[in-house]
Order: sequence, then C-alpha cells, then structure tokens
Amino acid sequence: MSLSRQDVEKISLLARLQLTPEELATMTDQLSQIVEYVDQLSELETEDVEPMAHAAEIFNVFAEDKSRPSLDRDEALKNAPKRDDECYRVPAVLGE
Amino acid sequence: MTSIHTNATDWLQQLASGECTSREITQLYLDQINQHDSTIQAFLQVDGEAALEQADRIDQRRQAGQPIGRLAGLPVAVKDILCSLDQPTTCGSRQLENFRPPYDATVIARLKQEDAVLIGRTNMDEFAMGSSTENSAFQPTRNPWDTDRIPGGSSGGAAACIAAGMAPLSIGTDTGGSIRQPAALCGVSGMKPTYGRVSRYGLVAFASSLDQVGPLAGSVEDLALLMEVLAGHDPLDSTSAPVDVPAYRDTVRQPLEGLRIGWVPEQFSSGLDPEIEAAVRESIRLYQSLGASVEEISLPHAQYGIATYYIIAPCEASGNLARYDGVHYGYRTNEQAMLAELQEQRAAVEDGQAPETPLVRMYRKTRSEGFGSEVKRRIMLGTYALSKGYYDAYYLKAMKVRRLIRQDYDQAFQNVDILLGPVTASPAFRFGEKTDDPLAMYLEDLYTVTANLAGIAGISIPCGFTSNSLPIGLQLQAPPFQEERLLRAAHMFQQATDWHLRRPELS
Repeated sequence: MSLSRQDVEKISLLARLQLTPEELATMTDQLSQIVEYVDQLSELETEDVEPMAHAAEIFNVFAEDKSRPSLDRDEALKNAPKRDDECYRVPAVLGE
Repeated sequence: MTSIHTNATDWLQQLASGECTSREITQLYLDQINQHDSTIQAFLQVDGEAALEQADRIDQRRQAGQPIGRLAGLPVAVKDILCSLDQPTTCGSRQLENFRPPYDATVIARLKQEDAVLIGRTNMDEFAMGSSTENSAFQPTRNPWDTDRIPGGSSGGAAACIAAGMAPLSIGTDTGGSIRQPAALCGVSGMKPTYGRVSRYGLVAFASSLDQVGPLAGSVEDLALLMEVLAGHDPLDSTSAPVDVPAYRDTVRQPLEGLRIGWVPEQFSSGLDPEIEAAVRESIRLYQSLGASVEEISLPHAQYGIATYYIIAPCEASGNLARYDGVHYGYRTNEQAMLAELQEQRAAVEDGQAPETPLVRMYRKTRSEGFGSEVKRRIMLGTYALSKGYYDAYYLKAMKVRRLIRQDYDQAFQNVDILLGPVTASPAFRFGEKTDDPLAMYLEDLYTVTANLAGIAGISIPCGFTSNSLPIGLQLQAPPFQEERLLRAAHMFQQATDWHLRRPELS
C-alpha cells in the first residue's frame, strides 16, 4: 500500500512534527516503500494467534502503596527550557 | 605493565597482586583515546581527570585493605544512552545535547557500586535508531579495522572503543541487534541478555518491550565478569525479572558436555556473503570437533522478523519519543521566531485564523529541529501504524507474528541447547552506502531482530575475517535466562580459536 502526500501531512500533525516540502516528498516515498515491505505479514494466517505485546510476560507487578522520597521541585525543573520558580512555562495553549 | 588489549579479567589479577595500579591502567587507556580517538571518534565525552581521581580513590582503598567492588579499578566505557547523574546523556541527539539527568540509571549505579572507573561516554545512532552510527547528531564513528567503513550500530562507539583498545569493557544496548551487529563488525564480543535480565531503569527508552542493556568486551570471559554486575532484579524496573544470577565469571570456564547445537539452513540460503558463510560453517565444524552434536533447525517465521520489528519498534518509539516536546527538558525551538512565523501565516489567510495554537507549533518545531531524519522516519512510521483504521492491519498483526516467532524458538530449544548462525549478512560497509535506502539499512538486522522480538539471549563473537581483513561475527542464541549456557559455549569457542585476540593496527 502506498501513502499519499496528504496522508503523510496528516501523520506529521499527529506526530507533532513539521516537515519541509522536501522532507514530505522523501518521507512519502520512503514510508510507502517500508509499508509495502511490512505488508508481507498479511500473507500469514493469524486468526487464532494470541498477540504478544511483550517479551517478558510478567503480569501485575505491584509496588507497595507507600510514599517514598522523589525529586524535589528544583531538581525536577533543573532541565526545563523555560520555567519560573515553581512551574514549567509554555506558549499559549488555546491560541490567544 | 601489559598492553591495552589485556583482558579485563587479567587486569583484575594484576591489580590484586599489586603488579599495577588502577591509575596506571586508566592512564594507559586515556593515552590511547588521546592518540587515536580524533580518528575513530568512539567517544562523545571523556573526563580523564575525573577518571584518574576515581582510579586513585580505588587504589588507596585497595592499599588500605578496605573492601572493594568486583570491578574495582577497571575502566568501563558507557553508551551515551544511560542516565548518569549530572553528566551529559545525549543519546546521540540534539534534543538532549544539554540534558543532565537528575539520577543514575541502575546500570550506572551498579558500576559505581562495584568501583568501576567510568572512562567516557560512547557514540551511538540517535536514540539507538540505526545500524551504522551514522545517525549520531554529533559525529560518525569509524571502524578501527578500516576507517572508511562504519563500525555498525547503534552501539558503534561501544564496539569500536573495545577494538581500538580504548577501554577493556563497555556497555551497550540492543533493541534489534545494536550490541551484536557492531560487535561482529568490529571483531569484539558482545551479548544481548534475555529481556528482563538487566534493569532498564534510567535507560533512555526506544522500544520498551525490546530494549536491553548488555556488555561488550575483548573476550567472553570479560563479558561474564561484566554480566555478573549488570544482571539481576531491580525493583525500579517492573519488567526486570526476579531470576537468580549465576556466578558467570566462575562458570564461564566450565565447558559444556554433550552440547546440542542447531543451525538454520534458511539463514544460509540467499544474500549471505560467501566468506561469512564459510566462516560460520567452519565454526560448526569446530564445535563438532569439541564434541558438540549438530542438527538442522527450522525457524519458519524468522523471515518475517524485519517486517514485524519495523512495525513494533516504531510504534513503541512513537509513543516513547512523544516526551521530547520542549516542555520538561531538552531542546526547545526559538519561541520568538516561532511566534513571528505564526503571526505571518495568520496575516496571510483571509479569516485571520492561525493554522494551529502556539503550543502545538512549539511542539512541532521543537521536534522537527531536534530530531534527525531516521528518528523522524520511525516516529512517522509508528504514528501511521497506530493511527485509526490501521492498528489491526499493522500493530495487532505484528504482535501476532511476534508470538509465532517466539513459538518457533520455543520449539527449536526443545531439541537443541543453542542456535548458531551469522550475525550479519555482510561485513562492515562504507560510509554513506545505505543512508539513502532505509530499507537496506533495516535489513542489516535480519539475523538479530528475532532474538529481541522473542526476548531470548544472544551473543556475538569473532569467528574469522574476510579476504580484505574485515571481522566476521558468529551468533549464538539460547532460551530465556540461559546466559550462562551462552557464555560457556562461547568461551569454549574462544579457547579453541584466536580470532578474538586479533586487533587492528591504528595509524
């Protein structure tokens, strides 16, 4: 199956990427080629196969419900690109 | 004093007997790095002073008769993907160029606990996505055997630094072959442990159901030494397995009696380089001469490994890498320029509506500027495969085929103890040879990805050279948590051969 340029543009928004026109063109070709390759899986009959989401099929690993020390606020904010004394700062969320 | 290619295990003996000090050893490797890393470019960071200070501290404790760890005084290089408190941890990406983790990965904590000397941070493909280390945002690493060629990837720096004698031990990670393939192409030994064997806490996530940390070294004995420290349950990683860790460095020297080896004829059918095929077949004969029995095994779904992997890994990556949004840490686009651009676009349309909010535009620009093209490609691929209408056809289908691949292995291991085969279809290729053809690059992982999908253990050891002196790797695979068996079988091979002792001449 091949992807259209519109498909790729839509995916780039979902993926929160912004591609240049050149990148869009290359990406459309390359993704189509890769998707065509992975389409070979459709030749396998898998109706009754249980999907395997994980290699270590360990279930329900619970931690004790007990508070323990975590990073203090300053440590957690240390790597922020933009911050004030207690929060991360971001551009307008809802437009202006 | 002995050479930079001394076994870590031998260094430990010399340290214990007082023949040398950790400072001397550390200095030896730092000298080699200073002399040759401008060419090889295996390291992204080397802090010689801190390494020597650490070496001195351990020497003093040793002399004072105080207790010391199992790796006391041994230099260890670490792939730049494991969080290290307040140290650069770039993951080969602009996105994390200035990131300083607020905590140590469990693997780093264990190395420190055992008194290793952390000598430097090794280069890698960005976010471990690649098979050549060409996708590093900072520098390519060169193969020490032929500097016109790639060292493999994504743990290219980790393998090259061992081959070039810049460290006796190094840590890599393997999501689809990223330890075993560069180990093969650089002529060193490397192991991908069973999924869950080594803690992933503090490992920058690529594909969480496939990622695994493992050792690289000049010999299997040294892998055993390092594995003993890396392996074990970690309460901070709920996917780490509560399974006992054998004393690998003691048991590695015990040969396996009545070893049953399986080989997979499909792996020799098409596309395998004839010199690699000859070396692997010779390895089979060698094991037979050591008393092993050999039989043919079929892994009928292994041929679907790459297709399965390149759905599952990008799907998981697209979720994991969503965190690089320019909010909490890492790179953020220039906000002024971004707002001006939005303003301009708004002026250009009739209704004065911006195409998106400033926040969304900030995300998009940050990610587009911070990620390289391979990372973008995989995020796009994963986003597509998980998007509405495609989930069943791709992700669900791939998870089902993953089960079939695992079942093939389970069946095979009812008849044989280990599987033997090639690591790669061809030796190290030249820079740029596959950069324009992502699919060709993906096919590099043909023989290695199935171990990750199934979650089993695999090891790569040197088994020969091509006519133009490029290393050839031999892959052994074992059932989950049978690292001990792998190490013992691989050590038997290295007792009978000297491929692993050969080292390149650096100009």
